Amino acid sequence: MGTVILLALTGLGLAALYFLVASGLSLVFGLADVLNFAHGLFLGVGAYGTWWAAGNLPGAGPDGFGFVFAVAFGVAAGTLVAILVELVLIRPLYSRTIEQVLVTVGLSLAGVALLQATWGADARPFPRPDWTRQVTGILGAQVPNGGLLLIIAAVLVLGAILAFLRWTRYGLVIRAGVENREMVTALGIDVRKAFTLVFAIGGAAAALAGALGGVYFGTVSPGQGGSLLIFAFIVVVIGGMGSVVGSAYAAVVVGLVQQFVNYYGTSGLGDICVVGLLAVVLLLRPQGIAGKVATA
Amino acid sequence: MTVIDAPRAQVPDELSPQRGRWHRLRPFLPLVALVVLAILPYSTIPLPGIFEGPVNSPGTLQLLAICLIFGGLAAGYDLLFGRTGMLSFGHALYFAAGVYGTDILVTRAGLPLWQAALLTITGGTILAALLGAVALRTVGIAFAMVTLAFAQVGAILVARDFGGLTGGEEGLPLDVSGLPAGLVGVTNTVNLYWLALAYLTLVVFVVHRVSGSPTGRVLAGLRDDERRIGVLGLDPYRYKLVAFTLAGGLASAGGVVYVLIVGGASPHITSSELTLSLLVMVVLGGPGTRWGPVLGGVLYMYLDHRLTAFGTSDAVDNLPAVLSRPLSQPLFVLGTVFILAVYFFPGGLTSLAPRLSHLTRSLRPRR
Repeated sequence: MGTVILLALTGLGLAALYFLVASGLSLVFGLADVLNFAHGLFLGVGAYGTWWAAGNLPGAGPDGFGFVFAVAFGVAAGTLVAILVELVLIRPLYSRTIEQVLVTVGLSLAGVALLQATWGADARPFPRPDWTRQVTGILGAQVPNGGLLLIIAAVLVLGAILAFLRWTRYGLVIRAGVENREMVTALGIDVRKAFTLVFAIGGAAAALAGALGGVYFGTVSPGQGGSLLIFAFIVVVIGGMGSVVGSAYAAVVVGLVQQFVNYYGTSGLGDICVVGLLAVVLLLRPQGIAGKVATA
Repeated sequence: MTVIDAPRAQVPDELSPQRGRWHRLRPFLPLVALVVLAILPYSTIPLPGIFEGPVNSPGTLQLLAICLIFGGLAAGYDLLFGRTGMLSFGHALYFAAGVYGTDILVTRAGLPLWQAALLTITGGTILAALLGAVALRTVGIAFAMVTLAFAQVGAILVARDFGGLTGGEEGLPLDVSGLPAGLVGVTNTVNLYWLALAYLTLVVFVVHRVSGSPTGRVLAGLRDDERRIGVLGLDPYRYKLVAFTLAGGLASAGGVVYVLIVGGASPHITSSELTLSLLVMVVLGGPGTRWGPVLGGVLYMYLDHRLTAFGTSDAVDNLPAVLSRPLSQPLFVLGTVFILAVYFFPGGLTSLAPRLSHLTRSLRPRR
């Protein structure tokens, strides 16, 4: 019993990480039709921003309030990079889907190489508060606190994004834009502002995933974003492009399947099961669990 | 029934090809290039700065052979991306199938090379046909995702080393004891170079024949307007599957030659980064053009190898750290060049010549 609960909770921790990356990807794709390969870069910037701030920024540190400050710095850095990428690189290419994909591919190659050039290819120990190294006993299972932190953060982010989409004017514009972009433009609303906003939200969520993923794994390395990104893509496709709630469901399914099959089957089998799941979903229901609708 | 002869369409002057001094020679240029490349190993000219050591040193020949292989791979990938308009992110899988298939059959099963090569290429083609049949049920970005996911399965299978076949993270060195003597050893690098050249020639020949055939015209139609091909009564799915299978088979053949040149398989060739770099090669060279992808592939691999040496050279080391560190990362330089290429010369390298000729013509004083 303890093992099952432990696996379920660590699986949910993984799901939380996937959701933080996938929610932004899904919104960006749903609204702006941009398949963003550079999303892993935002994650890397968030992780390295937090790592750098904890060591160098006055007032920030690996513990207590200083750690919160460091994470905030990392998230701000990721958001800033995301906004810059949208304004400078993506905006001139709207409605040219292939070119946008190509630019984000180039950006992901160059960006990861830049991180590697600055801080080296090897994984660095991540500064984290002492309590995240410990475990909490839940129903007889010893669950690492880092995973619980991820789950809580993901639930908060999910709630915040849904509230934003439902109760604010810009949320309304984004939901309408995912549904029918031409109509929103025809009504005289500048959708491009919403594009920037969606990139900022996605960048912030990915940067948070980078910072908390660093806490969870205990290390930070330039390639971390890339390997997470592929599973985040799978989550987005299974959940349905443009749906935040769909991404959440899909992230939970993918995280749990991966964790349980990897434990009870051979290591690595879970990853393959996830891809099989993707193939099945695409063949039976190509629009994903929730379809291309931003459900709020 | 009377037949009315339609008048021939008038071609505007500015669209008809320029008659330069060498225009009669143009059709023979590829042949000349092939002959030059074939006799290149006989020259001992040192090219300082471009290669380390003379042209016929084994190191230079190996680098050239790898460049030629990737030229061929890029040309094969262009059959999908540039000529049919399919954005596949899983092309590395079929190349890796060629590399690991040959390596495992020779090293683990002890088959002679020709049997292993034949089995591998057949297997790689069948794999491409099967996976393509599933992936092509989707279109556009979803297709890119599915191919990416399939390739990821390949990467996981290789890295986790199921059944102890692939050697996992350490890779699998090729057992050379059963290979023909002419393909083994440093002194025989020149034979491998010729093999790579033969592969490149084969791929270029196949791609040109296919794109010139009626099937090739349907593929170009699929790229430009898929719905219209459907309306004409042709099945887009079948034509795309043919292109996908052919490209997969060509890639696995490239893998067979590559494993001989490098002398083993390593897991990094299964990564999605390889597919992304194939995409970069094709776009840098010029998608859908005759020589663009080949040029792009050769140049990319050359730069990837040489920029590493350039990055550790004194000229870069003496720069301030802000500049020298990024410049020592080949991927940073190539990625940046790639982004600039997407913005400023979308047709790739092959589009540069007409653009430059326009520029020089407008700069020349009018008489």
